[in-house]
Amino acid sequence: MHRVQARINGKDYEHEVEARLLLVHYIREKARLTGTHVGCDTGNCGACTILYNGKPVKSCMLLAVQANRAEITTVEGLAGNGLHPVQEAFLNRFAVQCGYCTPGMLLSASSLLESNAAPSEAEIREALEGNMCMCTGYQQIVDAIKYAAETMRASTGKSL
Amino acid sequence: MIPSKFEYFAPASLAEAVSLLSKYQEEAKPLAGGQSLISLLKLRLASLKYLVDLAGIAELNYIREEGAGPSGTISIGALTTYAQIKESKLLQSKCPLLPQTASVVGDVQVRNRGTLGGSLAHADPAGDMPAAILALKAELKAVGPQGERWIQADDFFLGMMETALSPDEILSEIRVPVLPDHKMIYRKAARRPSDFAMVGIALCLKARDDQTCEEISIGVTGVTDKPYRAEETEKRLRGKKLEPKIIEEAASAITEGVDVMENMHASQDFRSHLARVYVSRAIAAAGIRS
Ligand SMILES: Cc1cc2nc3c(=O)[nH]c(=O)nc-3n(C[C@H](O)[C@H](O)[C@H](O)COP(=O)(O)OP(=O)(O)OC[C@H]3O[C@@H](n4cnc5c(N)ncnc54)[C@H](O)[C@@H]3O)c2cc1C
Repeated sequence: MHRVQARINGKDYEHEVEARLLLVHYIREKARLTGTHVGCDTGNCGACTILYNGKPVKSCMLLAVQANRAEITTVEGLAGNGLHPVQEAFLNRFAVQCGYCTPGMLLSASSLLESNAAPSEAEIREALEGNMCMCTGYQQIVDAIKYAAETMRASTGKSL
Repeated sequence: MIPSKFEYFAPASLAEAVSLLSKYQEEAKPLAGGQSLISLLKLRLASLKYLVDLAGIAELNYIREEGAGPSGTISIGALTTYAQIKESKLLQSKCPLLPQTASVVGDVQVRNRGTLGGSLAHADPAGDMPAAILALKAELKAVGPQGERWIQADDFFLGMMETALSPDEILSEIRVPVLPDHKMIYRKAARRPSDFAMVGIALCLKARDDQTCEEISIGVTGVTDKPYRAEETEKRLRGKKLEPKIIEEAASAITEGVDVMENMHASQDFRSHLARVYVSRAIAAAGIRS
């Protein structure tokens, strides 16, 4: 067994885990944050996407032991006082159908907007290459991210 | 899916990692970005008793220029991720083939984890970086219990997921030449973004103003059980004027001497066709008017 200390959404967690425990199962079953989904389980679909030390990664492709001392953000950590602008945009622009891919989409999108305040459609689509929507609702998702970028720019007063 | 049980080590130095591998030999494997190995463990296509995580070895993550001028090189630590390669200003200006290639590997999440060393050591027959490494005639440093040795890219890939590394060796560094007069292009044919290549062509080309090909090297991936140099195509172009007919004839030799693979993504014929078309396109993209 190995001791894992991780900071998830600003809160510290500590557990004894088996070396073979995947990070996604750690997050869901030990930290009890079930917003992170298990989809394909082979690193393709992106439903398990989290921010790992600030960057999107697929949490089914890491071991929990590797996350010792890591900073993690899951979908539960996106909202502050109100919903994150990307979450608002997904609601307002109907970017959710069955909702299974949504947590991963939200994290990939928020990470994109952090480094690029005004992404082009091509850049948005590139940022989503690792997130599959089996309802194939991509157009609304792309539109929502564009809209989120606009509202975020408006609220920070950045003109481009 | 859950891997079978193994013991996990997180050494802090390269020396420590090598000593673990030399102690456990075939029963152990190093873990880099995990973007292939974790899947293999989950699918139980690989099982091992000891996993040696390299992630904590800071001395294996760097990109730096060594020496200037025509003999200058860039050294890249094996744990450098695709994302770091893609974003490296040094590589973008001095070895654009690597960022170009890294930017079409997998997706954002894969590029944030997957490493150059892992991609080469894994030697997937459709991996992208191996083609670039061949075209650059890179040198690879392996560190084992007996010390270090350098392996030429041409001697590194031996077969399907098989390399010149022995089980107790760690690939620690990749050294590429700075080639200011070369055009560098990577062209990949894949079904969808984030898919593996059906065909990938990496090209380094130096041409004179009159379009005579002075030097050329071509790395090919996705076509057969291992990435290879397209020597016959190179030979047909070296010293020649790069005219449409010459390029076409040279491109027709791109799969010469290799056993073209066939799978659900592409038949033998289609794959051979793609290889011919993509090598011509790569040459065209290098600014050769044809
Ligand atoms: C969804 C998805 C899409 C992908 N798409 C592509 C693609 O389009 N193109 C592509 O090329 N690849 C693709 N990959 C594979 C990806 O590039 C892997 O990152 C790469 O193959 C392995 O690198 P890694 O650092 O993750 O190595 P790991 O998975 O950690 O290790 C792979 C193998 O290499 C060995 N190894 C690792 N590092 C070293 C070292 N320094 N010395 C000795 N042995 C070592 C390990 O023991 C293991 O056997 C994709 C993967 C996923 C999950």
